[in-house]
Amino acid sequence: MQETTPPPGATAPVFYEQEEHAHGDGGTLFGFWLYLMSDCLIFAALFATYGVLGRNYAAGPSGADLFDLRLVAVNTGLLLLSSITYGFAMLEMDKERVGPTLKWLAVTGLFGAGFIGIELYEFAHLIHEGATPQRSAFLSSFFALVGTHGLHVTFGIVWLVTLMVQVRRYGLIADNRRRLMCLSMFWHFLDVVWIGVFTFVYLMGAMR
Amino acid sequence: MFSNLDLQQFIFGRLTLEAIPYHEPILVVTFIVVALGGLALVGAVTWYGKWGYLWREWFTSVDHKKIGIMYIILAIVMLLRGFADAVMMLTQKALAVGAEGYLPPHHYDQIFTAHGTIMIFFMAMPFVTGVMNYIMPLQIGARDVAFPFLNNFSFWMTAGGAVLTMMSLFVGEFSRATWLAYPPLSGAAYSPGVGVDYYIWGLQIAGVGTTLSGINLIATIVKMRAPGMTMMKLPVFTWTTLASNAIIVTIFPILTATLALLALDRYVGTRFFTNDFGGNSMLYMNLIWIWGHPEVYVLILPAFGIYSEVVSTFCSKRLFGYTSMVYATMVIAVVSWLVWLHHFFTMGAGANVNAFFGITTMIISIPTGAKVFNWLFTMYRGKIRFETPMIWVLGFIPTFVIGGLTGVLLAVPPADFVLHNSLFLVAHFHNVIIGGVVFGLLAGVQYWFPKAFGYKLDPFWGKASFWCWLVGFWVTFMPIYIIGLMGVTRRTQYFDDPALQPFLTTAAIGVFIIMAGILSFLIQLFVSYLRREQLRDLTGDPWGGRTLEWSTTSPPPPYNFAFTPMVHDLDAWWDMKKRGHDKPLQGFKPIHMPKNTGTGVILAALSTVLGFALVWYIWWLAALSFVALLAVAIAHTFNYDRDYYIPAEDVLRIESRRTAQPAGA
Repeated sequence: MQETTPPPGATAPVFYEQEEHAHGDGGTLFGFWLYLMSDCLIFAALFATYGVLGRNYAAGPSGADLFDLRLVAVNTGLLLLSSITYGFAMLEMDKERVGPTLKWLAVTGLFGAGFIGIELYEFAHLIHEGATPQRSAFLSSFFALVGTHGLHVTFGIVWLVTLMVQVRRYGLIADNRRRLMCLSMFWHFLDVVWIGVFTFVYLMGAMR
Repeated sequence: MFSNLDLQQFIFGRLTLEAIPYHEPILVVTFIVVALGGLALVGAVTWYGKWGYLWREWFTSVDHKKIGIMYIILAIVMLLRGFADAVMMLTQKALAVGAEGYLPPHHYDQIFTAHGTIMIFFMAMPFVTGVMNYIMPLQIGARDVAFPFLNNFSFWMTAGGAVLTMMSLFVGEFSRATWLAYPPLSGAAYSPGVGVDYYIWGLQIAGVGTTLSGINLIATIVKMRAPGMTMMKLPVFTWTTLASNAIIVTIFPILTATLALLALDRYVGTRFFTNDFGGNSMLYMNLIWIWGHPEVYVLILPAFGIYSEVVSTFCSKRLFGYTSMVYATMVIAVVSWLVWLHHFFTMGAGANVNAFFGITTMIISIPTGAKVFNWLFTMYRGKIRFETPMIWVLGFIPTFVIGGLTGVLLAVPPADFVLHNSLFLVAHFHNVIIGGVVFGLLAGVQYWFPKAFGYKLDPFWGKASFWCWLVGFWVTFMPIYIIGLMGVTRRTQYFDDPALQPFLTTAAIGVFIIMAGILSFLIQLFVSYLRREQLRDLTGDPWGGRTLEWSTTSPPPPYNFAFTPMVHDLDAWWDMKKRGHDKPLQGFKPIHMPKNTGTGVILAALSTVLGFALVWYIWWLAALSFVALLAVAIAHTFNYDRDYYIPAEDVLRIESRRTAQPAGA
């Protein structure tokens, strides 16, 4: 959009655009980015809550007592790998190859499911040991933060499966490419949030 | 096997016949009136066979103009509900000096909670969103918003939240824990009933709509401006819309997270805000006000935008200090995130923290003051036309300045320690919200009504409404300021001191003057409809407008502009009129438009059912509606056929009918 103000005294400029232009879909990616930023603020609120309550053990167990860093390392690895494989799917999408795109998406989904599986195992283990969300404010905020991230990954998997069906059925049409791009941003966003969770909750928690 | 009681609990959760307040005469009468009114409405729509029309043309519409109008209708309905609460509170106060009054405490507590919740979330928010929705795309020369389906969905989520909140009137009870539901009072231990749950789910459902609508409107302004409309050529109302929605997108997620944590405390027994097991209720206060303070700027900034448009139109002058107006708007938006702690100076955060937040609060008055001077200087040597929208601006300026000054007073922490939780505070925020937001929205209705419906509003009843509002406001709130300064606390249902009687009686008289103002407004709508032929405006530009919404016909066609306008100057339409523009009368192209869809209504209805099920612990219904919600949302994504073209012949037909009416000078 350039400045088109004419000098004073010039004849009237063109005031109406006679041709129709396609709207393009840059708006969707920008809008989705705005959504991600708003989602990021939900996580910000949960991180802040964990920051305030994270040491309120109420004479219960602390992070150092509970966290099994080896398990969390495996989990982190799964999620980071899933981001790489999603990247491979996008590369195949750019080459317009439906089959390989679907394969990499499937691998991504499996890594995601593995991540959720291990997280559920960890939660079950904690609850079994009596470290329930009700035990202390620390545990409440821990479960809220990590659980919200897990819920996001779960919805991401549901979305991924839906998109796989749609890509298989309708091919890599413009709508589907745009959707894959949005999910790609979502998936990488969750990865970034997890880096924060891993560092702030698990590593720093285990050190205490 | 289930016993009978188990089965009943499984099916209805904690919902029993006792939840219907048939033993409360006030509620029974209200229910009868509402039910009769509702039946009459449903009967009339059925009688005239309008259900199909409403569904096709309105409920499922993705047209930003129709959605905007639906938002405003919702807001006006909720205004009546919230105002009825206000009348009850003030009459109770006037009657309860040394006597019992007519409202028992548990009822009175619900009323002030509902009044605050409804007025902010379901009156002011939909009203502001409605005006932004209607006007902003027209001002930037766009055909619709960036995401038309999302817009429809956002509206219905807001409406769903309102329905759930209203339902609490007749099924169960509403929250008694004040409009921001501070724990531990709002926790399960002290509010075991369904009231706080209604509050939580009503706001959560509406909050989804608000956040998405914020994203939508930002994307619209950033991506869909007419060619040539650079950011510094945006109309001021569009700028304030951008600022307001930027705030919405940053604060509503915080509200969602905060209320979700409160819900976890109540439903699962977590320890976020409890007194024991390490919970911290002051954390809730911080989180909720990180939402709550910027929220008031979400409301006031678009109102400032309306005043700016009105003042320059009715002075026939370019707005004084456009650039400073833009910067002032953005500075207010940024600083609004840095003041939340002034809501609880008495928390004991320490002198330095209080000083920081006191100073940031006072800083906000600087750009706001700049705005006031800009409006005054626009009027200075302007040729002021005292039409109805303009007199609202003239009433607003002194009223709002006084409200702002009492705000600066409250921003001083030592003064706040004295005035905290007093009626002085109540008078202050009503002064800025009524004198700022409500006056602005009503000015906006008077100003843009001819654009939306093709005829002006009747000026006599409009001016009657203005004077009743202005006088009524001061008669109500001046005594409240005075007794607040004397130390009377807010949320009080009973008074011992007979010296307060004159003040409380005056305030109660004032609220009836405001009621006359609201009635005049409703009469104005009705009378104007009857007199619409005399009030008809065929030009599309009845006030001598300056911005692009006045360049199209009234009401605008579904596609807004047959040819997208090209912008060369601030006040684009004024520029077009001044330099002469030839509106092409042929050469129309097919216009690409989004299709209507019922998905938004269905998703919002399912969300409301989900909310109701969660309030009453009806777990099977909650699970069912959640699964249905997911299924409908996924099924919707399988519909790729979402748009169509209005053929060029249709555009020609619509336009030739319209250009028979001369547009503009």
